[in-house]
Amino acid sequence: MASVSIEQAQKSFGRTQVIRGVSISIDDGEFCVLVGPSGCGKSTLLRMIAGLEEISGGQIRIGGDVVNDMPPKLRDIAMVFQNYALYPHMTVRDNMAFSLELAKRDRQFIEERVSKAADILGLNDLLQRYPRQLSGGQRQRVAMGRAIVRDPRVFLFDEPLSNLDANLRVQMRTEIKELHQRLKTTSIYVTHDQIEAMTMADKIVVMRDGVVEQIGAPLEIYDNPANQFVAGFIGSPSMNFLPGILRRQSGVAQVEFGEGVTLPVPRAATGEDGQKVIYGTRPEHIDLVDGSDGVPAEVVVVEPTGADTEVFSKIAGIEVTAVFQQRHEFKPGLVIRLRPDANRAFLFDAASGKRLLA
Amino acid sequence: MAKSSSQSLLDRFNNSANALGLVFMLPAAAILLVFLTYPLGLGLWLGLTDTKIGRPGVFIGLENYRSLFNDSVFWLSVFNTIGYTAVASVFKFVLGLILALLLNQNIALKSFMRAIILLPWIVPTTLSAIAFWWMYDSQFSIISWVLVKAGLIDHYIDFLGDRWNARISVVVANIWRGIPFVAISLLAGLQTISPSLYEAATIDGATPWQRFRFITYPLLTPIIAIVMTFSVLFTFTDFQLIYVITRGGPVNATHLMATLSFQRAIPGGQLAEGAAIAMAMVPFLIAAILISFFGLQRRAWQQGSKD
Repeated sequence: MASVSIEQAQKSFGRTQVIRGVSISIDDGEFCVLVGPSGCGKSTLLRMIAGLEEISGGQIRIGGDVVNDMPPKLRDIAMVFQNYALYPHMTVRDNMAFSLELAKRDRQFIEERVSKAADILGLNDLLQRYPRQLSGGQRQRVAMGRAIVRDPRVFLFDEPLSNLDANLRVQMRTEIKELHQRLKTTSIYVTHDQIEAMTMADKIVVMRDGVVEQIGAPLEIYDNPANQFVAGFIGSPSMNFLPGILRRQSGVAQVEFGEGVTLPVPRAATGEDGQKVIYGTRPEHIDLVDGSDGVPAEVVVVEPTGADTEVFSKIAGIEVTAVFQQRHEFKPGLVIRLRPDANRAFLFDAASGKRLLA
Repeated sequence: MAKSSSQSLLDRFNNSANALGLVFMLPAAAILLVFLTYPLGLGLWLGLTDTKIGRPGVFIGLENYRSLFNDSVFWLSVFNTIGYTAVASVFKFVLGLILALLLNQNIALKSFMRAIILLPWIVPTTLSAIAFWWMYDSQFSIISWVLVKAGLIDHYIDFLGDRWNARISVVVANIWRGIPFVAISLLAGLQTISPSLYEAATIDGATPWQRFRFITYPLLTPIIAIVMTFSVLFTFTDFQLIYVITRGGPVNATHLMATLSFQRAIPGGQLAEGAAIAMAMVPFLIAAILISFFGLQRRAWQQGSKD
């Protein structure tokens, strides 16, 4: 086990820069999730840590050793690939034993390690099978088993669940998290799925276009997004963004949206009078109110999911999603009144997307 | 009444998968019968007669085969054919595999190189054979000329006049011609291997040689079996290269079964004997196919789930 520290890491393919000065420090035993939309460079960064891509600039350290020029086999890492990358001509047992056999460990040691990993992952009955004879979830477990037997300093996961169906994905998510709690090996996990990131991570790194947008614990990022991108990326359904103009006149601070609709400025938000801003509010932080409270919203679509009800409506012509725990049957066109929770709303600068925070 | 019953017959025919299947098979079956089954049957029959050119023969049983059994030239051609096939196939496999591995790397001008590699395969065999014949000429050989100019030898090599020189020369020509087929087919096989397997193996600590030995080679074996079966069959039945370069000479040293069969049947006029030699190749070819049949059997790892 070891800490991983990435300092100003850069990567370019020809003239295209895909990683532009990324710095992340991951503590020993931490489960760190790199999350971002496709093309943000998260997989490339993981492959740089693994040694499958060269590092164009900056430094990567594993357990204090600079690994920039170290071949993958010396880095003492194990990787789980998106397509599992199981050796199709080897049995489950041989797939797991391969790295140890290459390292010329003695037979007894190999058998011990393999059977221990098989115990942990429930693969004991499948050891003599070939990958082709396994289901998706079983293949996924073998891929993890192959990583576990090596007892590496760091586990790297490259979108390991994206080839599984929805149910299995939730199940494997829990399994991976349990496994981490048991083994406490430093893990770096790449995904584009923010729910995986939220549920599994000790630390989330949100990336976009080769740059780190924010690093923090899941709820910290959820509660305090640094900018509009992070606010929109983390959380499901995603945050509503209402473009408007900030007004600070005679001691009243509010945001104007047109059609005479205004909302009070979120707590602790800064910004000047007349500034173009984006008002951000999460669907789960919008209340349904009566009378003259809140702002009018015209219902577009109502989607009951069973557990809660998602209401799509328009406030001053801007589409807004709200989630209620109660069940509602609004007809489309009905005007209801909604009130975003000013304590949990955010204000972003319209031009830069930066959060306006005192 | 009659009309409706004939219509229903047509309807039943049109809706019967078996009947339609039979009809759709007919053209292919006809081609196979006319161009494969008939010549094979005719060859088999001729081998059992004493037919000569200009004289229809009569059935003489296995007499032709009995005389071939005591014919030293026939046995020499068997020896030549087996040696030619074995040596050329081994070289074609090794060189073709190396070439395929090189072409599978990210090299400059990749598609251009791949196209170049195919050239020996594209050029009509007779043309390249004539080129080799010229290169092996006892007076005008460019190979000898270069070696003499370089001071490596002091007199021209007698490529086609010496028994072993001639044998080596035709084998080299055959290897040159056969490599593209092996290389391109194996390259296609290499490209079906997922790059992530190599990455996984790299992380597992495999050296380049170990990646080849434990990943590439085992995953390529099904393709190798197919490619080498075809290569062996093509080489065993080779005719054009030999006939253009040496005509079986010197003193039958390079006669293959195919060239000897032709030699006896057409220029020699002994149709029956030529047919018998050709038929004598069949057991060897069947043996090659059987070997590859067992080699080609799907390995356990290629089979689907059997839950």
